[in-house]
Amino acid sequence: MKALFGIATVNRRDAANHALQAESQGWKKQKRQQWFSLLLAGLASALVALLIVFALVPQWIAPYSPTAMMTDRILQPPGTANWLGTDYFGRDILSLVIYGTRVSLLIGFSSVLAGVLAGGILGALAGYAGGWTDTIIMRMMDILMTIPGVLLALAIAAALGPGLPNIVLAIAAASIPGYARVMRGGIVGLRTRGYIESARALGASNWHVIRRHILPNAVSPVLVMATIGLGSSILTGAGLSFLGLGTVSEIPDWGALLSQGRGYLTVAWWICTFPGLAITSFVLAVNLIGDELRDRLDPRVGA
Amino acid sequence: MLRLAGIRIISSLLVVLGSLILVFAIFYLLPGDPVLSMIDPTYATAEMIQNLRVQLGLDQPFYIQFWHYLSGILRGDFGVSMLNSEPVLPKILAHFPATLMLTLTSTLIAAVIGVILGVLSAVHRNGWIDVLARIIGLFGISMPTFWSGILLILIFSIQLGWFPAMGSDGWQTLVLPSIALGIVGAGFIIRMVRTSMLEVIHEPFITTLRAKGISERVIMYRHALRNALIPVVTVVGMQLGEMLAGTVVIETVFSRQGIGRILADAIMGRDIPVVQGVVFFTAIVYVLINLIVDLSYAYIDPRIRRST
Repeated sequence: MKALFGIATVNRRDAANHALQAESQGWKKQKRQQWFSLLLAGLASALVALLIVFALVPQWIAPYSPTAMMTDRILQPPGTANWLGTDYFGRDILSLVIYGTRVSLLIGFSSVLAGVLAGGILGALAGYAGGWTDTIIMRMMDILMTIPGVLLALAIAAALGPGLPNIVLAIAAASIPGYARVMRGGIVGLRTRGYIESARALGASNWHVIRRHILPNAVSPVLVMATIGLGSSILTGAGLSFLGLGTVSEIPDWGALLSQGRGYLTVAWWICTFPGLAITSFVLAVNLIGDELRDRLDPRVGA
Repeated sequence: MLRLAGIRIISSLLVVLGSLILVFAIFYLLPGDPVLSMIDPTYATAEMIQNLRVQLGLDQPFYIQFWHYLSGILRGDFGVSMLNSEPVLPKILAHFPATLMLTLTSTLIAAVIGVILGVLSAVHRNGWIDVLARIIGLFGISMPTFWSGILLILIFSIQLGWFPAMGSDGWQTLVLPSIALGIVGAGFIIRMVRTSMLEVIHEPFITTLRAKGISERVIMYRHALRNALIPVVTVVGMQLGEMLAGTVVIETVFSRQGIGRILADAIMGRDIPVVQGVVFFTAIVYVLINLIVDLSYAYIDPRIRRST
């Protein structure tokens, strides 16, 4: 009997070795790919961290005040005194972009937070309770999804009028159904798992089961979606600002800055170019991080 | 097939009704008085404001206002503009062809670039074309359209003078806005096709084909691609809807005529009937597109046809 086991083990080991040799080439390549995508995600995280610093303490970094109008330097192209040039009021574009980070990021982060919280709670409720609660919540989500996200955010922002809280509310509301669906999907998949039933059989309360067993397992797809959602929230926010529904303040955010520069395209390309570059690089970084998170947390798609 | 179509059409009608309630509720429930945005409260007396409110029917309860709106819509009456009393629907219909044209050309660009690069990217996985396609895909979904539009104007209109920067007459004016809008869709489609294709390549029937000794080219383009394209039809349909919404920004950037531009102007002027009208009209078109996509999906994939 023992010998039989021995042979079986040896055979399995042989097979494994063969497979390893054959795979070795591809494996090395894959390993290199993984390192590369990790490096990209690292760079992206560094960029996001840098922009967060910009948002927190712009006065330490920006060379000029964003409201300082240098009347002797109107519409200067990028140069040594003003790295990214000046606008038609003689304001320094670099300083405007750095100060604009605060409102742009604030819109993105707070609308994702609000959307994830509301969508997550609704989705969790629907998935865990099932029955009528599920039907009513999810049909409401379906109705919210009948209008393309951007348009819904636009309609809500138009009804509420310009202002930071209004913009955040509009973007968050438009993103709720997406988060709710993902959360519900995760929870419905978990509800019937053995360990959940065991916990319940041991007399655990609903709240205990949700907090200790369901949420920790359902949270990762929502986290991935929230990261990618941050990018699209920033884009929607900038778009609303661009259309004039943004915050009303002396320091424009990136979208508003772009919209102000539009009238000067033929004479000053730099006013529009750099705020747009800031938006794109932030969203690009967030998407890279989101892709990496998805590959790590959600192994189903071996992309 | 007929039964399936019937079910889908009825559920689409329900969805349209749902979106109508939503559009109406947004402007009814949210704070902000439309009357106060029409007249300057510093000059108007409380009586004048009240009179205007009665005249517009805004003093009625929610369900009566909604009923008025709904019965109007059923008669093809989307209300009149608060700014110049122009009827909303004829204005939308007059400007819709330009927007539809822009949406279709953008979707075409997105679908062609997206499918070609997505497939090549999956077939030559980890090769240079894969890297290139992934970079284009990532940039596509990360760039705001108003920025890529402005960059296109800077390069191709102002610097090179190849295409006009604004206007909506002639095909030349369509090129830059379609590209600006199409890049975003291409980004989504590249990523979707790539993932879908990679999933199909790992399925057992592909292994079987390989074991039979069929050439890799035939396996990829005859067998894998056909299966991978099924989910792509849905994504292209969804992108068509997103692009329709995206015209609000793009038509503003390129100063084009269209319903997106009407919406942007109406938002600026807080002209609520026009905003409601355009959003609802777009929702109808969006639902209609999804219906067509759903039905064509069933047509392409026999498994779906048989399941109902």
